Amino acid sequence: MISQHEVFDTLRMIQEEKLDIRTITMGITLTECIHEDPQEVARRVYDRICQKAGRLVQVGKEIEAEYGIPIVHKRISVTPISVIGAASGEAGCLAIAKAMDRAAKEVGVNFIGGYSALEYKGIARGDRAVIITIPEALDVPDMVCSSVNVGTTRAGINMDAVAAMGRVIVETAQRTADRDGLGAAKLVVFANAVEDNPFMAGAFHGWGEADCAINVGVSGPGVVKCALEQVKGQPFDEVAETIKRTAFRITRVGQLVAREASRRLEVPFGIVDLSLAPTPAVGDSVADILTEMGLETVGGPGTTAALALLNDAVKKGGVMASSHVGGLSGAFIPVSEDAGMIDAARAGVLTLEKLEAMTAVCSVGLDMIAVPGDTPPETISAIIADEAAIGVINGKTTAVRIIPAPGKKVGDEVSFGGLLGEAPVMRVNPVPCGAFIARGGRIPAPIHSMRN
Amino acid sequence: MKNAIVSVVGQDKVGIIAAVSALLSQYEVNILDIRQTVMEEYFTMMMQVDLSGMNTNLTAFKDALRALGEAQGLSIGVYDEGLFNAMHRV
Repeated sequence: MISQHEVFDTLRMIQEEKLDIRTITMGITLTECIHEDPQEVARRVYDRICQKAGRLVQVGKEIEAEYGIPIVHKRISVTPISVIGAASGEAGCLAIAKAMDRAAKEVGVNFIGGYSALEYKGIARGDRAVIITIPEALDVPDMVCSSVNVGTTRAGINMDAVAAMGRVIVETAQRTADRDGLGAAKLVVFANAVEDNPFMAGAFHGWGEADCAINVGVSGPGVVKCALEQVKGQPFDEVAETIKRTAFRITRVGQLVAREASRRLEVPFGIVDLSLAPTPAVGDSVADILTEMGLETVGGPGTTAALALLNDAVKKGGVMASSHVGGLSGAFIPVSEDAGMIDAARAGVLTLEKLEAMTAVCSVGLDMIAVPGDTPPETISAIIADEAAIGVINGKTTAVRIIPAPGKKVGDEVSFGGLLGEAPVMRVNPVPCGAFIARGGRIPAPIHSMRN
Repeated sequence: MKNAIVSVVGQDKVGIIAAVSALLSQYEVNILDIRQTVMEEYFTMMMQVDLSGMNTNLTAFKDALRALGEAQGLSIGVYDEGLFNAMHRV
């Protein structure tokens, strides 16, 4: 029998410390929808998404009601559209984006990911059709999220794709200038992208996946922060142990929800993603965990070490709690979605350069960072190249989700609303990058021995 | 859902257990176990209940408990027992 203490311990986490299931994401394979006629492929995509995900939101709400644990998002990821749209070209890709948007609204999810291309080695016809149409696909169809993989540890970095993405990001932001460049907030450039990530904007349903799968993303930075308040001043061994214990409990809830959703929807369980995902709400911040460890402000010396400990301990605690762990699994450090990060950036303590260092030891990368609207595309490409290099050399996923906010300068503020939050426009190193990016070609895959 | 945990928290006063139990009885929800304490006039109780014979649906049952809670100045919640087992038992 569960003790009274354990019951109220759990209820405190949910009610006061913002423990929640961040997302139940259904991955859907779309390969059988391929057709050379744009309208036909779009019709098939719409029908298939509605058929597979019709009950997703309802089942999510049922589980939420029975277990009393909030399930914040219900979402969908699909096979990268570079494959589904290749036969029907740019017109087909755009028709698919609109079909994805309509289907997402029909089934009631709040984002659909997979307007994606994997071009880490070369750019195929479908990849080209997707990248060219990204700015338009992220403008009017407001539910669609996009991601592009430009490098892997096995293939190296495709610098042609990196160069193209700098331009695509700027164009996407400019197309949505009336919303502070919101389009770019739904676009992620990856190195070593994972195929079962349930978190937006980078979710897509990879080649190796089943017809349909349920992936669950947990959260709970507030729970970890509150747990650390109990070990104030104690050595890091105790900090790591506390985070592990907490991550274990959080992940067990994720596993429970994933299993239930899988059973009720009759869709195979894919993975639980162990990520600590912050929101702009007070008390739901990854930055606050780092300051609880003793940092004065996130971004100062010690930040990378603190984040490395957190990221590692979350994984160690979470792995045993779930039968299948996957996705991005680590701590997210999006600037605009984390109250502590926003404060540190406003104070000028957290810089783009420090964030880059932090991404070497945590999940994902430069995330939700607003930069001046006049930042040259080549500079954004060079930032992507740096971030991809960190991922490719270290065998980890890295990403760039950067928003060159149209008309904004350093110190101005952008606001995307809701969970995408708000952020100060951060300074970008002004040194020109044109000649470096103009070279194009590929940076070869790294050697896997002699690791220093 | 078969077994659930009903949590009740609030200012202590006469008749809390009676009121909650009466409502459970009305919906034919069987009480399996009760743990209850009062700390500094603060009442906390958890009941393990069996919902398999319940004569209504979960939403109506939760609404009734919530209404009772509001009337009595208590915070009452219902949770599938599986949540606590997942978190606290390996």
